[in-house]
Amino acid sequence: MARYLARRLLLMAATMAALSIVCFAIIQLPPGDFLSARLAEMAGTGDTVDVANVAWLRAQYGLDEPFIVQYWLWISGVVGGDLGFSFELRMPVAEVIGERLGISLTVEILAIIVLWAIAVPVGVYSAVRQYSIGDMAATLFGFIGLAIPNFLLALLLMYLSYIAFGVTIGGLFSPEYVDARWSAGRLLDFLGHVWAPVLVIATGGAAQIIRILRANLLDELSRPYVDTARAKGMAEWRLILRYPVRVAMNPLVSTVGWLLPTIISSSIVTGIVLNLPTLSPILLRSLLAQDMHLAGGLILLIGVLTLLGTLLSDILLAWLDPRIRLG
Amino acid sequence: MLTRSGDAAPRGPRRPTGTESPWALVWGRFRHHRLALVSGVILALLYLSAIFAEFLAPGDPQAYNARYTFAPPQSIHLLDRDEDGSLVFRPYVHGYAVTVDPEAMRRTFAIDPDKKHPLRLLGRSEPYLLMGFIPMQRKLLTIEGQGTPLLLLGADRLGRDVLSRLIIGTRVSLSVGLVGVVLSLAIGLVVGGLSGYHGGLLDLVVQRVIEFLRSVPTIPLWMGLAAALPRDWPPLTIYFAITVILSLVGWTELARVVRGRFLALKTEDYVTAARLDGASDLSLVFRHMMPAFSSHIIAAASLAIPAMILAETSLSFLGLGLQAPIISWGVLLQEAQNLRSVATAPWLLWPAAAMIVAVLAMNFLGDGLRDAADPYAT
Repeated sequence: MARYLARRLLLMAATMAALSIVCFAIIQLPPGDFLSARLAEMAGTGDTVDVANVAWLRAQYGLDEPFIVQYWLWISGVVGGDLGFSFELRMPVAEVIGERLGISLTVEILAIIVLWAIAVPVGVYSAVRQYSIGDMAATLFGFIGLAIPNFLLALLLMYLSYIAFGVTIGGLFSPEYVDARWSAGRLLDFLGHVWAPVLVIATGGAAQIIRILRANLLDELSRPYVDTARAKGMAEWRLILRYPVRVAMNPLVSTVGWLLPTIISSSIVTGIVLNLPTLSPILLRSLLAQDMHLAGGLILLIGVLTLLGTLLSDILLAWLDPRIRLG
Repeated sequence: MLTRSGDAAPRGPRRPTGTESPWALVWGRFRHHRLALVSGVILALLYLSAIFAEFLAPGDPQAYNARYTFAPPQSIHLLDRDEDGSLVFRPYVHGYAVTVDPEAMRRTFAIDPDKKHPLRLLGRSEPYLLMGFIPMQRKLLTIEGQGTPLLLLGADRLGRDVLSRLIIGTRVSLSVGLVGVVLSLAIGLVVGGLSGYHGGLLDLVVQRVIEFLRSVPTIPLWMGLAAALPRDWPPLTIYFAITVILSLVGWTELARVVRGRFLALKTEDYVTAARLDGASDLSLVFRHMMPAFSSHIIAAASLAIPAMILAETSLSFLGLGLQAPIISWGVLLQEAQNLRSVATAPWLLWPAAAMIVAVLAMNFLGDGLRDAADPYAT
């Protein structure tokens, strides 16, 4: 276990390094740098430009140094918790992120729970009752998840709830609770809002899981051991849940880490469309404004969180399933 | 069992069954996949309408008319009554009766049953260039009567014809997938081929790179790269830059398939035989190995196209992909970004319907191709 863990940690460190270089390259890609963009904007609005301040900032971020030096300055700051400065929001990037990270993670974890809660029973049912109405409905649902991107699903959900109930869904809190402290009322209000994004994010991933689980379980159900157990008089559902489902779940569980990038991607798009107080709208805003320090920091953070999540699920798996440790 | 290469297909008179060419066998299998066949026809129609978009679009997709902001769709009436009351086949649409609600400052459109505008097939239109170089003066469907636009799918915020924009947008949206897949395929073939054929250190490095790209959420990566594109680039450059960005991740799946196939084929007897026969690496790869799995590659590529189309639409919808004046389905859906627009003009969602149909058809076609790809499997 220790060796496996060490190898995984080493691999993740290398991946994180590669990720940080990619993120920094994204920060650097637009022509000019953030200071020149900011200066042009300030000159345009007639603001006075503090020459000394600018020179200090240029030196601070090493804007005249070569790429590798700038990268080093940036990454050593990041490791120390200084993600740079958002020129759009006039706040340190770390503060912007800190405000919204908790909500982002909550929505994503809820979505993952709901995803499995939907996908596993539906997948099992549609394999056990192959070609039944329920199975066809599940297949249809699968195709919908395949063909409708998250932004459209969110949009359709908003539209349908508007024409059906006259309610606009969006955001995570009613106006009176936005800045309130956590209380029972705020929690209820949160739950009354959070179902929409959670449902949208879960639908995209669930479709894929249902398809895989159904195919795996269909293979298992025709195995002789199932017949044997049935011949011995075991109760049908107990039999199914006890043996073939466990085997069919295995490949799914072992690839659970691969699901995470998909979930994160879809939560970003959903967060933007439904205007949630998560990191997603900030990411979009910073990208549109080419506020690259904020954007790069966010992308790095999202990537690192994904890698951590994947690592966590892999460790969990190695702990649960002894066969995987060698792999 | 030995896998024959495509070159060994029998020529000349038809031989008895059992010696049909691999492609004939693939086609034979594919034909039985009804859903895939229907999808193939739908896709052919979609791509044809992308090619002849200017001819099919009833109006100018960029022409705006503030008088028709959010005008609802007109419906086509096929039969008309003559003066003597008998029914004749003469398709027409009604005109609009526009009233401005002074309180809400909104136009309300009602159908004006007195105004009938006959439709004409292949009628004269403003001169235009089909595909950018064939001068034409006729369109598939034109309306008679000056001043009344033909808005079969309604109008958008600026009074532009949604149907015309949808048809023109087909061109960009469907071609992004094709161009992107060609790019991904080129990278995937070379990288995956080298990795699978050579193995060793190269394989190790390539595998790590692929794992890295797959472990990072694609949407933020794409968003970052797309946002970093200079704003002053001409539309065509942006279009190609976006397809390159989409291919950056897209190639990994294809490379994986190619590598797997190479690994599986490398130890086949006939490949060893060809090598012992003195075949060079190049001829080994291109003459002996590639033909054995080209059908698999086609299937994998066809399944990669819809993912590209979805990605382009999502990026453009967020305002990070293609931008007006380019028209793509994603750009069109930007108009439907807020609930207010969608609630007043649900017909703005038609591009989404088109996209769902295209993506589903491509997935079914890809599934059919994948099932048919290996005609020797039992």
